[in-house]
Amino acid sequence: MSISAHNLVWGVRRKTIVADVSLTVAPGETLGLIGPNGSGKSSLLRLLAGLKQPLSGRVEILGQDIARVPRRTLARQVAFVQQNAATDTNVSVRDVVRLGRTPHRSALAGWTAADEAVVSAALERVDMTGHRAQAWQTLSGGERQRVHIARALAQSPKVMFLDEPTNHLDIHHQIEILRMVRDLDLTSIIALHDLNLAAMFCDRIVVLQAGAVVDCGTPDAVLTETLLRDVFRVNAEVCAGPVACQPHIRFKAA
Amino acid sequence: MSIADDKEAGAGWLAIFLALALIVLAVAVALAAAIGDYSIGVGTVFLAVTNGLGLTAADIPPIEQSVVWDLRLSRSLVAALAGAGLAICGAILQALLRNALAEPFVLGVSAGASTGAVAVIVLGIGAGSVSLSMGAFAGAFAAFAMVALLSNGATSGPNHTILAGVAASQLFNALTSYIVTTSGNAQQARDVMFWLLGSFGGVRWPDFQLLVVVVFIGLAICLLMSRSLDAFTFGDEDAAALGVPVARIRLILFGVTAMITATIVSMVGTIGFVGLVVPHAARYIVGPMHLRLLPACAAVGAIFLVLADIASRVVAEQQTIPIGVVTAMVGVPFFAIILYRARPQQ
Repeated sequence: MSISAHNLVWGVRRKTIVADVSLTVAPGETLGLIGPNGSGKSSLLRLLAGLKQPLSGRVEILGQDIARVPRRTLARQVAFVQQNAATDTNVSVRDVVRLGRTPHRSALAGWTAADEAVVSAALERVDMTGHRAQAWQTLSGGERQRVHIARALAQSPKVMFLDEPTNHLDIHHQIEILRMVRDLDLTSIIALHDLNLAAMFCDRIVVLQAGAVVDCGTPDAVLTETLLRDVFRVNAEVCAGPVACQPHIRFKAA
Repeated sequence: MSIADDKEAGAGWLAIFLALALIVLAVAVALAAAIGDYSIGVGTVFLAVTNGLGLTAADIPPIEQSVVWDLRLSRSLVAALAGAGLAICGAILQALLRNALAEPFVLGVSAGASTGAVAVIVLGIGAGSVSLSMGAFAGAFAAFAMVALLSNGATSGPNHTILAGVAASQLFNALTSYIVTTSGNAQQARDVMFWLLGSFGGVRWPDFQLLVVVVFIGLAICLLMSRSLDAFTFGDEDAAALGVPVARIRLILFGVTAMITATIVSMVGTIGFVGLVVPHAARYIVGPMHLRLLPACAAVGAIFLVLADIASRVVAEQQTIPIGVVTAMVGVPFFAIILYRARPQQ
């Protein structure tokens, strides 16, 4: 298993936000994390990536208990793409992607040809090579998201977490980003809002409600009319899509 | 976009820049030693310095030797180190708090250090110069703690941090004035200006010796952590995702900042806006990455404060205006520009 979580519990004060979640992700799999607002998607993603410490339970990534692995070691294997990362600093695209090499460099080590090659490859992968010298501030939303994925790739990770990477993007860029992530040769866990996109690009889907996993499986097994009504409180018609296991959801106004 | 945008050109550009900056600094220090109520020729200044270093035994009037070596040279070198130190602190705080307006003065850290130092001097808590620095250090940390507490550990946005800083500096400046006016003698009451606006009057070689150690150790620690500082570009969580032990780095660097600020304040009082203006200027020259930014900040800060010290002595005849007045004259318009540019877009 690439990732396995056992009985994760997390909350603030008396409020439980993640309630006893266990899940596993196979190597190379693209796992979608869906659920209504406030269902604990972002929190669960951060627990899995080791950015938050669970109150109880544990996470293993590539066979190691992440609570016992130093931050830097973990960052060489696990990358995390925030939603809407922003900065006031005037940095160039290349500076941002170079940050991805941080966990691989010791305090005094210089910039090596190998580092440069990884950064170039990452920029190439997201098709941003032509923008390398551009100021990050001047990029569009879709370009920024691609740069942040390039930065995550520069960490040379085996596992990548993405928190709603398609937020605020137009439909073309949403599809483009998700296709890119799916085609990457690594395990990825994506928190998503758009159910049709989740159906199109995820191998498996985990549905969260009030911090607990209510269902888990292939998109056609999970995205049923009953589940959409119970969890998302919408009436919808689910039809078989053009591709096997990828249902298409049509929402109804009433 | 910075001038030194290209990485390959970057290292060479930084070396050229630092070399130029050192030459400018040397000239500025020489000028600072020559200019004053008692004007001394540059040739005499040079001989006085070589005499002082024990390289020559040139025959110059003892009064001129003393003015250059004992008064002005130590003073301008302390000014240079204070400028370098405050600029480094500004760059560190701006990176850690992700706030373009952060610096020891704006955040009230200087005011806190000032209160600590005054408490030691006037109230006689402890004794000796070590405890003076310790008092300043405790005050600086108290101010840090207050700002952190009021701004929720700097997680509640840039405005909160600055407002917390305003509250802290008001409180600690009030405390300083209160202590000095109620418990101090007449002379100490007059000295309150020194703690609120800073002065290089009265600094001597021992101050230089302590400050040079503190600033260079501080700079070395910050340079060792410069990669981690870069990783804060997109916030704490992002830094953590890049493998930076965020809590530890923050604690160490806040400690270094408090130490540098406290040492400077205990010698020369509160000098504002150096830590604000200089990092922005330096970023424009060498870019935002800290391995290059920090040495550039140190160089520019040193030059800035030596020149400001000269200005403070020549603007008004027979008078030295407080150094904080000069830096505020430059700093406040700069502050306004950054505040204007940092307003929410749309």
